[in-house]
Amino acid sequence: MENLIALLVAAPLLGAVVLLLGGRRLDGTGHLLGTVLAAASFVVGAVLFADMLGKGAEERTLTSTLYSWIPVEGFQADVAFRLDQLSMTFVLLITGVGTLIHLYSIGYMEHDERRRRFFGYLNLFLAAMLLLVLADNYLLLYVGWEGVGLASYLLIGFWQHKPSAATAAKKAFLVNRVGDVGLSIAIMLMFTTFGTFAFGPVLSSVDGASEGTLTAIGLMLLLAACGKSAQVPLQSWLGDAMEGPTPVSALIHAATMVTAGVYLIVRSGAIFNAAPDAQLAVVIVGAVTLLFGAIVGCAKDDIKKALAGSTMSQIGYMVLAAGLGPIGYAFAIMHLVTHGFFKAGLFLGAGSVMHGMNDEVDMRRYGGLRRYMPVTFVTFGLGYLAIIGFPGLSGFWSKDKIIEAAFAYDDGVRGWIFGGVALLGAGITAFYMTRVMIMTFFGEKRWQPDAEGNPPHPHESPKSMTIPMIVLAFGSVFAGGFFAVGDRFVNWLAPVTEFEHPHPVISVPAITTATVVVLLAGAAVAWAMYGRRPVPVEAPRGSLLTRAARRDLYQDDVNHVVLVRGGEHLTRSLVYVDHTLVDGVVNGTAAGFGGLSGRLRRLQNGYARSYAVSMFGGAAILVAATLLMRAV
Amino acid sequence: MNPVNYLYLAALLFTIGATGVLIRRNAIVVFMCIELMLNACNLALVAFSRMHGNLDGQIIAFFTMVVAAAEVVVGLAIIVSLFRSRHSASVDDASLMKL
Repeated sequence: MENLIALLVAAPLLGAVVLLLGGRRLDGTGHLLGTVLAAASFVVGAVLFADMLGKGAEERTLTSTLYSWIPVEGFQADVAFRLDQLSMTFVLLITGVGTLIHLYSIGYMEHDERRRRFFGYLNLFLAAMLLLVLADNYLLLYVGWEGVGLASYLLIGFWQHKPSAATAAKKAFLVNRVGDVGLSIAIMLMFTTFGTFAFGPVLSSVDGASEGTLTAIGLMLLLAACGKSAQVPLQSWLGDAMEGPTPVSALIHAATMVTAGVYLIVRSGAIFNAAPDAQLAVVIVGAVTLLFGAIVGCAKDDIKKALAGSTMSQIGYMVLAAGLGPIGYAFAIMHLVTHGFFKAGLFLGAGSVMHGMNDEVDMRRYGGLRRYMPVTFVTFGLGYLAIIGFPGLSGFWSKDKIIEAAFAYDDGVRGWIFGGVALLGAGITAFYMTRVMIMTFFGEKRWQPDAEGNPPHPHESPKSMTIPMIVLAFGSVFAGGFFAVGDRFVNWLAPVTEFEHPHPVISVPAITTATVVVLLAGAAVAWAMYGRRPVPVEAPRGSLLTRAARRDLYQDDVNHVVLVRGGEHLTRSLVYVDHTLVDGVVNGTAAGFGGLSGRLRRLQNGYARSYAVSMFGGAAILVAATLLMRAV
Repeated sequence: MNPVNYLYLAALLFTIGATGVLIRRNAIVVFMCIELMLNACNLALVAFSRMHGNLDGQIIAFFTMVVAAAEVVVGLAIIVSLFRSRHSASVDDASLMKL
């Protein structure tokens, strides 16, 4: 069984290599090959999963060392895999949702002449993400981490003929690099502290390190997670990443990439457990991001950007839960999985809508689509009910648990603050998702002809696109309940992530009631604002907050002022210092020696007699010095 | 006779030679002054040899003579060739080696 683990990564990697090197000969079949290999990886994952279920909870961890990557005395880096319950969960999510997205892309990218290359990149993305979650040491994880960054760059900028897509890809890559620096520093700190970076030895010898060191490692890991998971302050790339084809957005937001940060934090749980300050930082980042994303999502008229805001917000929930420690890890991963289902479904649904509407993304130009796209409407609707946490659907089970855990944080003021934030976030989520739903599928038709003057003819998408949406809708409806009943999911993960029952500051039924009330209120407000009144085709000016949220709460302006302007000022002052101080010292030294040598030069006048004088003078000084020394 | 007087004489001769080297322009005279300095040293060495009652100083004096003879050969050759090329034996005329 251990040997199969490498196959999980190898299958999509093979697909990427064949498709990217194969050339135009594979144009006709490449997409099928890519999909089959992704599915093969899923099948291998399922086989391993079945095998794992057959074993006792403590014997489920499989490890496999492929070869020694850097065999140096005192620096042992192996290409080694670890498949435990945590990575198994990710493997099934990545390959399962990934395969569905491959399937969907066959239809979605049908008219794109570079479809083969697109599937090559998708396979590369899967391979990198699988390597990330299967690695048994942080160095190999870093390889997968960078691979994910590369694949996301290639896919976001897939339509590189559009300058906006090329810029968005560059932005995503650069912002991610900031996080990558954090991860590399964390790995270096681990190596200097523990002498290794394999998961087992590092996480079991945490007690031997000082809390300061662990806090530093934790904060660096958090920085890394912020980059990949689009958390404040490294969130700015996520909205622009919508420039990529819609399946890419689904893949980035549901199965790969943004989940990597949550995985990293949960995997390094032992470090965070021993560093409460770092945990607090994680919780704060999660709480801020969940409100940030939710507020941004409320104001966007671009359906994909609204969904992007929602992803940021939902990942914020997961990060918040991951920062809560053993009471939250399992719920973070549970929400991650249910979110994988409904967010992939929502993005694929959005792609399906765009497919039928001449690639229009402005929701103000949709309206009344439920009659024209029944399958999309139903699947999107179920995803919508799941994400707002409608009782009984997936999102309800996982999000409600996170809110409970947040209320249990630290048994006091902190519990109230972060629980309140999580609750508020649930209300805002209901508001903006209801808004998306109403503007897209209900109300008047506000369709506009596209740039070439063709009026849209909305139609249901082909089977290859609807089937994945239906499958994901099933997951959105039932996964949460299946996981939550009898604490199945928690018991499954407990051997890896530890688990403690949260004890919220107020009773659990009260929290659940409050959550439902808040979400109904959010949905009702959205209905009052967008359902009862006609939606204007041109966006109204809006309040100050709306305008701020439309501009992503000025994230780019902040980055511009702080980083770009700051950087310019820094370089300018450095140039000034270079010109005056450094050049001054260098030039001054040179001029000093030049002047001195100009004077010394006069001694070399060519007259033998003057040389004789200096010789006599020197001899006289020597004699005088000798006599003086003897006298002393 | 007190050997210290020889040292005074040697010092006097050395000073005369050094002054000659510094103030005379004629290469031959400068050369002779150098010989005078060497011989002043020889005189001092021999005087010391006598004062200390061993032969070390005298032996070094012989060495000095040998070196001086060799130096005369080379030095005169230089002066003759200089005179041939410049028609002058003034040391100040041969001042091309300067920056």
